[in-house]
Amino acid sequence: MDTDHITREKTLTDSHSWFRDGAKASWPICFGYIPIGLALGVLADQAGIPAWAVTMMSILVFAGSAQFICVAMLAAGASIWSIIFTTFVINLRHFLMSSAVAVHLSGLRRLFLSFFAYGITDESFAVNMTHFRKGNWDHLRAITVNQLANLAWVASTTCGALVGQFIPAGAFGTDYALTAMFLALLLFQLHNAVYLLTGLTALGIAVLWYLFIPGDSYIIGASISAATLGFFFKRYREKHK
Amino acid sequence: MSFPDYLFLFGGMGLATYLPRWLPLFYLAHRKLPNWLVDWLSLIPVAILCALLAPILFTEQSTRSLELGKPELLVAIPTLLFAVKTKSLGGTVLVGMGLYWLWGACL
Repeated sequence: MDTDHITREKTLTDSHSWFRDGAKASWPICFGYIPIGLALGVLADQAGIPAWAVTMMSILVFAGSAQFICVAMLAAGASIWSIIFTTFVINLRHFLMSSAVAVHLSGLRRLFLSFFAYGITDESFAVNMTHFRKGNWDHLRAITVNQLANLAWVASTTCGALVGQFIPAGAFGTDYALTAMFLALLLFQLHNAVYLLTGLTALGIAVLWYLFIPGDSYIIGASISAATLGFFFKRYREKHK
Repeated sequence: MSFPDYLFLFGGMGLATYLPRWLPLFYLAHRKLPNWLVDWLSLIPVAILCALLAPILFTEQSTRSLELGKPELLVAIPTLLFAVKTKSLGGTVLVGMGLYWLWGACL
C-alpha cells in the first residue's frame, strides 16, 4: 500500500461515514435502475423466462444492455454460444472503465479488487470517477455505490418478472432518470477545454459510428478515438503555452 | 430451458462480462502507470459518457437514423442548465425526469 493511499484512507475512514456517503451517491443510480429493471423483468416474463432465472441472470451477469439482448435472443431462439459471445462484445467497454478506475484503487488487496470488478457498470463507474476526482472518495465508498446499485438491479428485475405487467411503463418520467444522471455527470467532468473537446469529439464520432456501423462498437470506438485526440490536444497545449 | 441450461448460459455470460471488468483492475492497480497512460485514462470518463449519450440525444434508436429535436435532446438543455446552476446530481435527475414527464403529458 503506498503512502498516498494510507493518508487518503486515514482522513476518510476517521469519519466512519463511508456507508452513508456511498448510499447518498448511489441513489440516483438505484432510482434509474427501477424502471429499466422492471422493463427487463416484464420482457423476460413474456419470453417465458421464469422469475428465478431472471434473478440468477441479474446476479451472475449484472449488465443491463447485455441482459436485454439476451432476452431478445432467447425469444428469437438463438444458440447459447452466440448469446455468450454477443455479451462479451457488448461488455468489452468495461475494459476501459476498469483501467481508468485502477488509477484510484492502487495498491489495494487483490481479493478486494476482484470483488470490486464485479460491480463496474456504466453508471457506478461514472458516479465513482466523479467523486474520486473531487478527492473526497475512497474504495469503501466506491464499492458501496457498486453493491447498492447491484442490489437495486437484482430487486427491480426480479420484481419486473413477478409483477411487472401491472405497472404502467414510463410513469413519472422514470425513463429519463439515467439520461439525466449521465448529463449531470458529464457536466461535472468538464474541467477545461481539453475535456470539452474530448466530449464534443466523442459525441460526433459516436453519432456517425452509430448511424453507419451496426452493433454497439460505437461506444468503444468513439471513446478511444476521442480520448486519443483529446490527449494529443492536451500535449499540444502544454508545448505551446 | 431447465435449471442447468440457464446456469450454463448465465454463467457463461457472467464470465464473459466479468473478465474485461477484472483484468485491467487486477493488473494495473499494482503497477506504476506511465504519465501518458494516466493522462489518457483521465479522458475516458468524458468520452464514454458522451458516447453513451450520443444515440439517445441525436438519433431515433428504433430506425437507427439521425433525429435532431427529439424530446430527449430538448429536455436535456434545461436539465443541463439546472446542473450548471445547482451542481446537484440528485436534483438534476429529478428535474430531468419531471420535465420529460411533463413533455409527454402535454403532447
